[in-house]
Amino acid sequence: MDGIVQLQRQLVDYTASLFNEAFLDDQFNQLQQLQDESNPDFVVEVVTLFFEDAERLLNELTKALGQPSIDFKRVDAHVHQLKGSSSSIGAQRVHRVCISFRNSCEEQNVEGCLKNLQQVKHEYSLVKSKLETLFRMEQQILAAGGSVPR
Amino acid sequence: MDSNSVVSWPRMPENMDGFGFSPEQSEEVHVLAVDDSLVDRKLVERLLKVLACKVTAVDSGPRALQFLGLLDEQKIPSETNGFVGLKVDLIITDYCMPGMTGYELLKKIKESSTFKETPVVIMSSENVLPRIDRCLEEGAEDFIVKPVKLSDVKRLKDYMTTKEVRGESQDREGINKRKLLDTSDIVSSSSPPSVSSSTLSSSPSVIDSPIRRLKMTSAD
Repeated sequence: MDGIVQLQRQLVDYTASLFNEAFLDDQFNQLQQLQDESNPDFVVEVVTLFFEDAERLLNELTKALGQPSIDFKRVDAHVHQLKGSSSSIGAQRVHRVCISFRNSCEEQNVEGCLKNLQQVKHEYSLVKSKLETLFRMEQQILAAGGSVPR
Repeated sequence: MDSNSVVSWPRMPENMDGFGFSPEQSEEVHVLAVDDSLVDRKLVERLLKVLACKVTAVDSGPRALQFLGLLDEQKIPSETNGFVGLKVDLIITDYCMPGMTGYELLKKIKESSTFKETPVVIMSSENVLPRIDRCLEEGAEDFIVKPVKLSDVKRLKDYMTTKEVRGESQDREGINKRKLLDTSDIVSSSSPPSVSSSTLSSSPSVIDSPIRRLKMTSAD
């Protein structure tokens, strides 16, 4: 029993750190509120869709910015999509970089776009790793017969 | 009616299979959600299901028109453009979509004889006042700034009324919309045309978006 309580405390602390370090914002809380007995995997499902979408868009952006003649309109469309989906799951730091990225697109600043691409890739890999850890911790608690604190 | 009697419904085109449309008229509120983002479709669908709505989610304007029976090639000689018996109480659509924008979809819906009275709500990740004005002028019921929250969707319940009630309140609603547009013109001239969604998403209150604030004051 003590083991479960300890795991729960670790999860609470870890979740708090993700908000404190601005990896996540209130929208992530909104997702958690939509999860219930009838839909126990809702957050994991939505976040997994975000991962798939983000990886597809990051690949497209890498290709588009690797062209000799850059189609900024196309780049901006991809960033707009990434900005939207990151905002919808509450991935705050990814969302912030996307805002800066779109400004670089508007200015047709190649160097700025390339810099933002590296930054958004970095922020995405960080939040992905953090969320996967969070989900793993939740699974450990459930496997031990505990409930996930909200 | 006998248990073995047959009710004939208009035949759906073959490519409608993916919609999972059942012609049974249920009392359940039916919402058509349109968004090219799979993440947002999943989110909006769940938000609406929490409010016990039946949801049909499609990924584009043309798919929405196809579902409603409003695509040009689907037009049949009868007076109605849509499918007889197709009950849609609310349409919620993203603004920025490839191919056909939410604004263009809104115009098509408002041009149709069958669905012109159906409330349409526009969602957008950007709080651009001229865009909002344009949508409201074209007949949109509301404009939600993404990310969509439960509080936004709860507000939509007000629009999901029966035809009779909607008909009665139409004049009053028209005044509200005009009043809203007048007020937003003033706001447009005194404030920057766009508010970044980062400032919006961090704020806890539903009233923080200018359009929501205006909508609320105009409804008073």
